[in-house]
Amino acid sequence: MIPGPFDYQVAGSVAEAIALLDQHGADAKVLAGGHSLIPLLRFRLASPAVLVDINRLRDLEYIQEADGTLHIGALTREVDLEASDLIRRRYPILADTARVIADPVVRNWATVGGNLAHADPANDHPATMLALGAQLVATGPAGQRLIPIEHFFTDSSFETTLQPNELLTEIRVPAPSERSGGAYLKLERKVGDYAIAGVAAYVVLDGAGHVTYAGIGLTNVGPTPIKARAAEQLLLGSTLDDAVIAQAARQAAAEAQPVSDLRGPADYKRAMVETLTMRALRQARSRATGGA
Amino acid sequence: MSIHHIRVTINGKLYEGDVEARTLLVHWLRDSLRLTGTHIGCDTSSCGACTILVDGKAVKSCTMLAVQADGRELLTVEGLEQNGKLHPLQEGFHVEHALQCGYCTPGMMMAALALLKRNPDPSEQEIREGISGNLCRCTGYVNIVKAIQYAAQKLREPEQVPAGSGGGGE
Repeated sequence: MIPGPFDYQVAGSVAEAIALLDQHGADAKVLAGGHSLIPLLRFRLASPAVLVDINRLRDLEYIQEADGTLHIGALTREVDLEASDLIRRRYPILADTARVIADPVVRNWATVGGNLAHADPANDHPATMLALGAQLVATGPAGQRLIPIEHFFTDSSFETTLQPNELLTEIRVPAPSERSGGAYLKLERKVGDYAIAGVAAYVVLDGAGHVTYAGIGLTNVGPTPIKARAAEQLLLGSTLDDAVIAQAARQAAAEAQPVSDLRGPADYKRAMVETLTMRALRQARSRATGGA
Repeated sequence: MSIHHIRVTINGKLYEGDVEARTLLVHWLRDSLRLTGTHIGCDTSSCGACTILVDGKAVKSCTMLAVQADGRELLTVEGLEQNGKLHPLQEGFHVEHALQCGYCTPGMMMAALALLKRNPDPSEQEIREGISGNLCRCTGYVNIVKAIQYAAQKLREPEQVPAGSGGGGE
């Protein structure tokens, strides 16, 4: 399986990458880690005329906290997210996510930005970033704009609201508050496989233990990454007791849109969403109140 | 379709050539340079047979373009042996009988090398996680884990580390 012919350009800077994208428009694809794109090229499911390689843009590889926000450079490799002390200590939901993406060798090269911009409903970061309420920085010829994650994916698989001449350059996540916590749980047949189902949950509690923010994202149970809005609503203002968690889990399962395939029948996947949501919310509660 | 002139250091030696943009790194290694120790298994970045080190990190060379390797340093299984002496990983795979058909072995050893560079004294669980991107359909992994433990121990004895292997416990 050999890709069809294309032109290859290396971007030496973000500005150069954008100029190339601006020049080639929808004929161009951005090559980051390539672990989704190169298989697509090999299967001839994608046939861009031009690849713009951004792997030399080392200034897009960073993980840092500033002004109450976590900034993740779009080219950050999954292995660096997984190994980061800051992430393990302050953002365990992101460590949960990084360590179940593909396998360790793939994670050496695969990028956080690519995992999002590919917009595969089976990818893991979309659900987590939906739960966290992340914002994405898109850089284009006119400068930067911020896209809230809930407006980043469209109603179609593998499609985002990025313009053809825009590059995803940064992911921003609100820093944790004193009483916040999240978890990502993925059910997979084996290492390296896509999820049968995956659930990300993130909560923020006030001093009295009431939920002031709830985010729930679902992986691979629909045509797009799913934000379980009604389930989130059920949690707001509650004390996150077991009864409301069970209720929200049932609601998240109702919001899933799984189809039957080799990973299991739709009913089974829906049941797994309920179970995983329950467990993720309990773990989020535990982490929000000082546990592991 | 673009053609690119690339210069890549592989196992300490500089290689140059013209490649089509669409040429996969593993195909360039095997078909153009005749470095056939790196195997092609699944073709879809699942099996890890094509694992090599790129700038010290394990990468599946079926999922990287040859042109992307321009200016980088690669280590393939051919670079493990030094001056006729097997690398401790190769020795370990031999002593512990860690292969049957041998198809996964080069990739398995390169993934293990990357693991041991990062973590010179891994637990059994860490070894199993470290090679979880590499499939073996013969051994059941038990002897592969033993071989990596053998190599880890040998690499931790500094006088046993072969010079210039690009790997080991540094």
